[in-house]
This record gives sequence, C-alpha cells and structure tokens, in this order.
Amino acid sequence: MISFIGPLSLLAALFFSLIQGIVPLAGWWKQNPYLIACARPAAWGQCFFIFLAYLFLTISFVTNDFTIAYVAANSHPSLPLMYRLTAVWGAHEGSILLWVFILNLWTLVFSLLPNRSQLMPLTIAILGIISTAFICFLFFTSSPFLTASGFSQGKDLNPLLQDPGFVFHPPMLYTGYVGFAVTFAITQAALIRHVFDAEWARLARQFAIAAWCFLTLGITLGSWWAYRVLGWGGFWFWDPVENASLLPWLTGTGLIHLLLLTEKRGAAKKWAVVLATCCFALSLTGTFLVRSGVLVSVHSFASDPARGIFLLGLLALLLTTSLILFLVRQPSTSVFSFPLLSREALLFLNSAMLFIAALTVLLGTLYPLILDALDLGVISVGAPYFNAVMAPLTLILMLFMGLAPRSRWGSGSLSALWQSSWKKMLGSILLAIATLWATSEGFHFAAFISLALSFWVLSSLSGSTRKLPGMSFAHAGFAILVIGIMLSSLLSQEKEVRLAPGNAAKVGPYQFFFIDTQGIQGPNYRGIRASFDVVKKDRHITNLYPEKRIYTVRDMVMTNVDIHPGLFRDLYIALGEPLEQNAWSVRIYYKPFIRFIWLGGVLMVLGGLLSLTRREI
Amino acid sequence: MNKHHKRRIYFLCLFAAGLTLAAGLILYALKQNINVFLTPQELVERRLPSDYHFRLGGMVKPETVFHEKTGLGVRFIVTDLKHEVTVHYTGVLPDLFREGKGVIAEGHLNQNGVFIASQILAKHDENYMPKKVEKAVYS
Repeated sequence: MISFIGPLSLLAALFFSLIQGIVPLAGWWKQNPYLIACARPAAWGQCFFIFLAYLFLTISFVTNDFTIAYVAANSHPSLPLMYRLTAVWGAHEGSILLWVFILNLWTLVFSLLPNRSQLMPLTIAILGIISTAFICFLFFTSSPFLTASGFSQGKDLNPLLQDPGFVFHPPMLYTGYVGFAVTFAITQAALIRHVFDAEWARLARQFAIAAWCFLTLGITLGSWWAYRVLGWGGFWFWDPVENASLLPWLTGTGLIHLLLLTEKRGAAKKWAVVLATCCFALSLTGTFLVRSGVLVSVHSFASDPARGIFLLGLLALLLTTSLILFLVRQPSTSVFSFPLLSREALLFLNSAMLFIAALTVLLGTLYPLILDALDLGVISVGAPYFNAVMAPLTLILMLFMGLAPRSRWGSGSLSALWQSSWKKMLGSILLAIATLWATSEGFHFAAFISLALSFWVLSSLSGSTRKLPGMSFAHAGFAILVIGIMLSSLLSQEKEVRLAPGNAAKVGPYQFFFIDTQGIQGPNYRGIRASFDVVKKDRHITNLYPEKRIYTVRDMVMTNVDIHPGLFRDLYIALGEPLEQNAWSVRIYYKPFIRFIWLGGVLMVLGGLLSLTRREI
Repeated sequence: MNKHHKRRIYFLCLFAAGLTLAAGLILYALKQNINVFLTPQELVERRLPSDYHFRLGGMVKPETVFHEKTGLGVRFIVTDLKHEVTVHYTGVLPDLFREGKGVIAEGHLNQNGVFIASQILAKHDENYMPKKVEKAVYS
C-alpha cells in the first residue's frame, strides 16, 4: 500500500513544487499579480504532500513493514520504537526525504511572515526550484518507497546510530544546512528584482541567524555523539564529513556579521550576495560529499555514482545560474569608507577572515579527492594541517573579537580603544599565566596565547551584555569553546592498559579498580559489562560500567563507553578487547574542561536566539 | 586621489597581506601533513626512505592476529593478496578491526621490514575496504 501511495505523494509534491517554482517567476516577468499570488498556496500544497510522504515512511517503520526495501535495510522488529522513528533518516534515501521535508518547513515559515513586497513570492519561487531539484533527486535516484520481497526481518539500524545523540544530530544539522537555502533564495530574489534595501538585508540576516543556530547546535550534538559513541574520546577529528558541516558554519558566521553591516549601513552588498551564495553552495557541497560516496568516512554508508553525479550537476547548475544572475543584476558599486577600527571595519574583517578560514578547510578537504581524481596517488590530509592553519586564524580573529564590543559605528581610533582596553588586556594575560601555572607544568606558548585571548574576549564583554545580549552570549560561548579545546587537549591524560579483574590503573589523580565482568542481554544485542570502582585519595567517586556489545543482526561489535561527567573534568572508560586470562585491554581517559566545548556551543546557540528575538544596535 | 580612495587602498593592501600570509601558511602546513596511502604491492615496488611516515592499507590476513602475553602489543599481517607486510601495534584495536576485513595503519617501516603502526584507523563501516585494495583483491 505505502509503496504505492508514497511515490504518489512525492509526485503530487513535485507537481506543486513546479508550480511554486515557475508560475510566480512567470508572473513577475509579465507583471501579473494573479500568477505571483500562486506562490504561497503552491508552497503549502507541496509542504502537505511532502509531510504525507514523510508520514508514510515513518508509519512503515513503526509497523515494521518489511516489504519496503528501505525499512528492511534499516530496521528490525527488536529495534526500540525511538530508534525506529529516527531510523527514517538513518540512511541515504530517508535523509534526503528529511532534507526536502525540512526545506518545506522553512518555506512554510517564510510564507507565513507578514510581508507585502514582491521579495516574498520570488523567494518562494526560488525555494520551489531548489525543492523541485531535490524531489527529482529523491524520486529518480533514491526513492525510499521501493519494494523488497523475502524479508521477514530487517537488517537492523547501524548500531553506531542507535544513540540518543543521533536522535537530534541529523535533523538539527539539516535544518541548519537547509536554512541557508532560504537566505540564498532571498538574495537571489533581490538580484532578480534588483532591489537591495534594508528589508532584504534584515530578512536574509534573520534567516541566516536562525539557520546558523540550528547548524551550531547540530555540530555541537555531532561532536558530543562522536565523543561518546566512537569510543576514542575525541570531540573533533577533522574528518571530511565534519569539515563539510564546518564549511557552511564558517561562511554563515561571516554572513550574519556582514549582513548587519549591510542592513545598518547599506555597505558591502556585493560581498554579502557572494557570501550568501557561497554559504548555500557549501551546504550543497556538504550534502554532495556525504551522500555521493566519494568519501569513506563515518557517515557515508551507501554510495551510488548516479547520485554523486546528480548532486554535482545540481551544484554546478546552481553556481552557474547564480553567477550569471550576479553578473547581470549585481548591486551597483557604491563608495563607502570607514576608519580602520570602526565597527564597520571589524564586521567586514570578520567576514573576510572567516571566508579565508572556510577556504583553507575546503582546500584540505578536497585536496585528496582532486589528487585521487587526477590519478596522482591516494593521500590524506591529517588533522595537524587543519590545526596548523586554523589556530593562527582563530587567534587573530579573537584579537579583533575583543575589540568588537567597544567599537563604534563610523568612528574608531586606536588610542581611544587602547585607553579603554589595555587594563583588560593586561588582566587577561595575567589570568592566563595564573591558570597555566595552577594547572600544568611547563610553559605552553600556544595554550598561553589562546587562553589570554579567550579571557580578553570574555572580559571585553563586561558592560555590553544588556545592550548587545546576543553578541555577548555568542562571543562568550566561542571563548569558552576555545578554553575548553585548549585546556582539555593540554591537560587530558590517557592510558591504554591490560587489566584483569582485581587490577587497578592510575590516570590523573584517579585510581580505577577493575572489579568484575558480567554478561548482559539487550533488546537487539548481547554483550559484557565491566564494573569499575573509581577512587581519588581513598575517597569513592563513582562506579563506571563500560560495555562491549555485539549487535546480533549485523554481527557488529560496539564499544559502549561509560563516562562520569563533571563541569571541570570527565572520567571516561572504554573497553577494548578480551585478552587471555580474563584480562581486557582498556582505554581510560581523564579529560579536564572537555564539557566547556559543548557548553560554549550551547551558549553560542543561545546568543543566536537572543539576537533573533531582540533588536540590537 | 581623495580620502575614500586612500581608505580603499589601505583595505585592499590589508586584505592582500592577509591572503598572502594565509596562503603561505596553508601551503606550508599542507606540505608537512600529507599522508601517502600505500598497499603492500606498492611498498615492494617503491624504495622508501627509512622512517618514512605513511598509511598502509590492505586486508588483515585471517589467522595471523597474535596478541603478546603481556601488555597490549599485537602483531598481524596485512595483505593485498599479492604481497604481505607484518604490522606491529601497541594499544587498543578499534571495534571494526577483524580478520579478513579492511584496515588502514599509520606508521613507518623498521629495519626488519616490520611496519610499526602508531595508529590503526577505525573506519566505521563493517564492510569497509580501502578502494585501492578493493581493486586489487577483486580484479
């Protein structure tokens, strides 16, 4: 049944998306208000049918309908209900459906805004065109409603994805990615109309901020998921797929700063248009990298060359049309000038630096792919590359970040800034030295610089929290994130040991006693649970129960780590493999300040939300 | 040349300087941090300088994984069905490390031709096989 009505609702949605994409544009061309007015109802129709398709797929997961090939490949009767609901986006087909669904939700939100200018129907039309392309992609290359026969049981969801972090990570990330489609569409609509007023900048900025909030939350959740599930205790691996999500984040961060400049001052319009286009192009590149199978990584499970070519073609088409549109209808050049340390200059500088940062990450991500495509050998670009180029960029950025709250529109003199901030600078340098002296032996230059700059950014925010709450929270979040990264990488201790019950290992100030192991049985896995007693100076801290699981359907071994979290330190145990005489290889971490990383991410999201709801100057 | 033009030129210079600095840093960093990926076959064909750091990819040869009696040392053979290389690694192996499955190890060769791995990469897909190895094994 569903294999019949599912594709049917996709076709209906395709029909509506075509109307939504073509009719308002034709109406604008002919200056016919009736045709232009088609935009909103068509968008609602499309949204309804995509919602139906999504609902049908969810129903077939809930009812274990294994006649649907996608369900058979990603579910199992023993899979808990929560994971059956999230398995909808557990693989390629469903996640593209989710992508389109989220695009429709954004369009719905946008179409409900009270807005009387022609910017709105044109934006909805552009969104319709994007949606048409993705529904075609879904329908012709990756339909989730294909039938399968002969499955009485499914093949189960990939065990890596059976985790609470996974419930929210992909939808948040996609909402972020797709949100930039709205900013892109608003900008393209402005290009078509050739009107670049404050309304355009404000609207684009609001949607960019909303998308940015989701993207930030998505990346934060993804990092938290990787930390707990992959069992390596890291929070960021510079894996190409992670980079794919960082790229639109970097340009998006630049964009929301730059659009403020455009909105308030009417300056840098061309650059804003380019950046908005880049943002969405990078979101699409991310989708392409993850979904085409050109990368082998944690996330790219299914691969099919036809899909990659389709997405690449889409990306090329998008870039060429928007480039042509830009060349034909670009905003007129206007001469603006501002002093070097004015707020305008800082906002502009920020966007330029973040754009450069995005380019460096893009280069490191694509370089191996390009070499491979040209048959010049298979290489990989390691994490040290990204750390080496991102660290100086981030630090320079933070130096300017500390100046931001004190800066003024239209004026800026070095001496005035120096007067108001030298005390804070000195204070943060002293505080950084004190922190390093208290926590670690030896002097680490990089740690010192980044701590001092983080404290400098934090201290510069005092007094501006009421006037600029959004910026204050976001900047504070970033500083706390940097503190977390620096201190956790500097102070964390790791031990890989061979332990048998009765043995103990000392990591950091903590003693870990291996007590015993026992067998466990879960709904769709069996395994072994070890119990550890953690003691600090004869004081009992906690018990930890790391597990080793075998997911029976896929015959896949998983490490289920156990963590004792704390604001200032995490204790983390992962079981390795069983060795002779009841012994196990065990990986134990003592990770101070690692929570600051995710705390910083959440604060940034909060800052974004605040600046959405409150008007700032 | 008025004030506006001067400011613009300042900005452009600043921008160009930043770009050059970034480009320099990037190229330097890229040169330092590239890991070449080789299969056992290519290892035989090429003469590598000693202490050359690279990634070795292949299949873990079944029934060759040997854990040492004490500590976490482990020894196994990586093959592409044409040539074999013995790998030594100390530490916890990733979950998806299995006999007969694909593996990527990062490290260098010692004087005896044993590959000393500093890291075994976890590729989280149960059927993962390095592309090159897949070509070699299935063709």
